[in-house]
Amino acid sequence: MSATETLNQTGQNPESSTRTSAGIASEHLVDIRDVHYSVNGRAIFAGLNITIQRGRITAVMGPSGTGKTTLLRLMTGQIHADSGQVLVEGEDVARMSRKELFAMRQRMGMLFQNGALLTDMDVFDNVAFPLRENTDLPEELISHIVLAKLQAVGLRGAWDLMPTELSGGMARRVALARAIVTDPAMLIYDEPFAGLDPISMGVILRLIRQMNDALKLTSLVVSHDVDEIAMLADMSYILAGGKVVASGETKALKNSNDELVRQFMNGMADGPVPFHYPAPEFREHVLAGTEARSA
Amino acid sequence: MTLIRELFGNVVTFIANTGALALFFARLMAQIPAALLRPSLIVRQVHNAGGLSLVIIMTCGLVVGMVLGLQGYELLARFGSEESLGTGAGLALLKELGPVLTALLFAGRAGTALASEIGLMKATDQLAAMEMMAVDSVRYVIAPRFLGGVIAVPMLTAVFIMIGLFGVQLVGVQQLGVDQGTFWSQLRGSIDIEDVLEGVTKGAAFGVACSLIAVHEGFRADPTAEGVGRATTRAVVNSAVLVLILDYMLTAVFF
Repeated sequence: MSATETLNQTGQNPESSTRTSAGIASEHLVDIRDVHYSVNGRAIFAGLNITIQRGRITAVMGPSGTGKTTLLRLMTGQIHADSGQVLVEGEDVARMSRKELFAMRQRMGMLFQNGALLTDMDVFDNVAFPLRENTDLPEELISHIVLAKLQAVGLRGAWDLMPTELSGGMARRVALARAIVTDPAMLIYDEPFAGLDPISMGVILRLIRQMNDALKLTSLVVSHDVDEIAMLADMSYILAGGKVVASGETKALKNSNDELVRQFMNGMADGPVPFHYPAPEFREHVLAGTEARSA
Repeated sequence: MTLIRELFGNVVTFIANTGALALFFARLMAQIPAALLRPSLIVRQVHNAGGLSLVIIMTCGLVVGMVLGLQGYELLARFGSEESLGTGAGLALLKELGPVLTALLFAGRAGTALASEIGLMKATDQLAAMEMMAVDSVRYVIAPRFLGGVIAVPMLTAVFIMIGLFGVQLVGVQQLGVDQGTFWSQLRGSIDIEDVLEGVTKGAAFGVACSLIAVHEGFRADPTAEGVGRATTRAVVNSAVLVLILDYMLTAVFF
C-alpha cells in the first residue's frame, strides 16, 4: 500500500464510512469525534477525530504543545471537551457518572511519563495498590499476581525497593507492572520513552509490544520519538494545530510527501512548524537596544 | 480607578477562593465516612501530624509557661497578689495561649508539611495516577490527612497547656518563691468546666481550620516547584489569619 493511499489528511478513518455502526462499536475501542477544547481562549483541539482499533498499537505523535497529554486526559475523563464526543466502548465519557468513570478506568491501565509511583510505598505495594483498593482478593493471591507481573517486567527481585531507589527505566517498568496488574483491556502510555537510556528504551519498547500481543490488549502510545514509534505502532496519527494532519500506517507516514509530516518524521528544524518564535526583524530588534526591550 | 479595579478584583478572588474552599470541604466531608473505615491510614497521619510535632510543642510550651511565670509574677506583684499566679497563668494557658500557639505551631510545622506533600504528589502525577486506578484521591490521600490533623491538634493543645503550667510552676514556685500549695489550689479552685470547654472548643476548631487549609492548599497547588512553594506559604499564612479571626469569634461567644 502506498503512502498516498494510506494517508488521510483530514484525520477521518477512510474505512469508517463503509461499516455498520454495530461493527464500528465492536472494532473501535475509542472514537473521538469532532472534539473542540480550549484553555483560556486558546484552542487546543479544533475538530479532532481519532479512532483506536481493538488489538492494535496506535500512536499519537506531534510537536510539543500540540495537546497529546490533553488528549489522554480527555479520553480518561479527567477533563471534558467543549464540544464533540469521546466514546470509549461506545459510551460517551462526558456523560458518565463518577462511578461509571471509575468502572471504565478499571478496564484501562495508564503509564505516566514519570511513572507516578506512590513514593511512600515500596515496589510490591505500588503494584498491589490497585488490587487492594478495587478488589476483595485475599492477600496471598494478590502476592502471587504481583510477583507474576513483576516477573513479566523483569523486576521481581526489586520488590522491596522504594521508588527513590529505582532508576528512571526501572520506575517506568514498575509502573507498567502496576498498569497491567488488573488485566485491563487497554493500556495508555504517555511519553514512555522520554529521558530513557538506549537499553531502558529497548526494554520498554519490547515490553509494550509483548504486552499488547500476549495479553491481547489495545494500546495507545503518545510520543514524539519517531523512530521508536515507527518500530512499534501499527497505526499513527500526527497532531498539529488542534487537529489530525495525517494518519495511517506508521511506515507509510515515514514516506509521506506532506511537508509537515516530513518535517516531523525526519526531525527537520524548519518547515511548516517554524524554527523561530514570531519576532520583529532581527536588525530592528538589535538596534532598539535594551531600553526598548525592557519597555 | 485602578485602585478600585484592583480592590474589586481582590474581592472577587476572595469570594471565589472561599467558594472553592467550601466546595472542597463538602467533597471532603462526603469521603470522611469511607476514610473512617481505614483507621490505619488515619493513625499514620496522627503520628505524622501530631507525634512528629510533639517535641516542638513541648519545648515551646515550656518556654511560654516560663515567660508567663515571670511576666505574671511581675504584674501580680504590683498589686501584692503574687499568690494568684496559678489562676492567671492557668486561665491564660487554657483559654488563650494554649489553643492559639499550638495551632500556629501546628500550621508552621505540620500544616506546611501537609501542603507540600500533597502538592508534590500532585506535581508528580501521583494523585492523577490514583484517579486513573479508580481510587478517589480525596478519600485515600486527603481525608486521612485532614482527620489526622483534626485529631492531633486538640491533643497537642492539651500537652502544650500541661507543659506550660509546669513551666509557670517552675519559675513562679521554684524560682520566685510562690507557695506551692497556694499555686495549685488557686489553679484548681478558679478553673471551672466552662473554661475547659472553651479551651477544648478552640483546640478542635483550630484543628479543623488548620488541617482544612493545609490539605486544600496542597490539593489546589499548581503542579510546579514554584506552585508547591506558593501553596506552602499560603497554607501557613492563611491558617494563622484564620486561627486569629476564629479566636476572637470564639472568645466573644464564650465571653
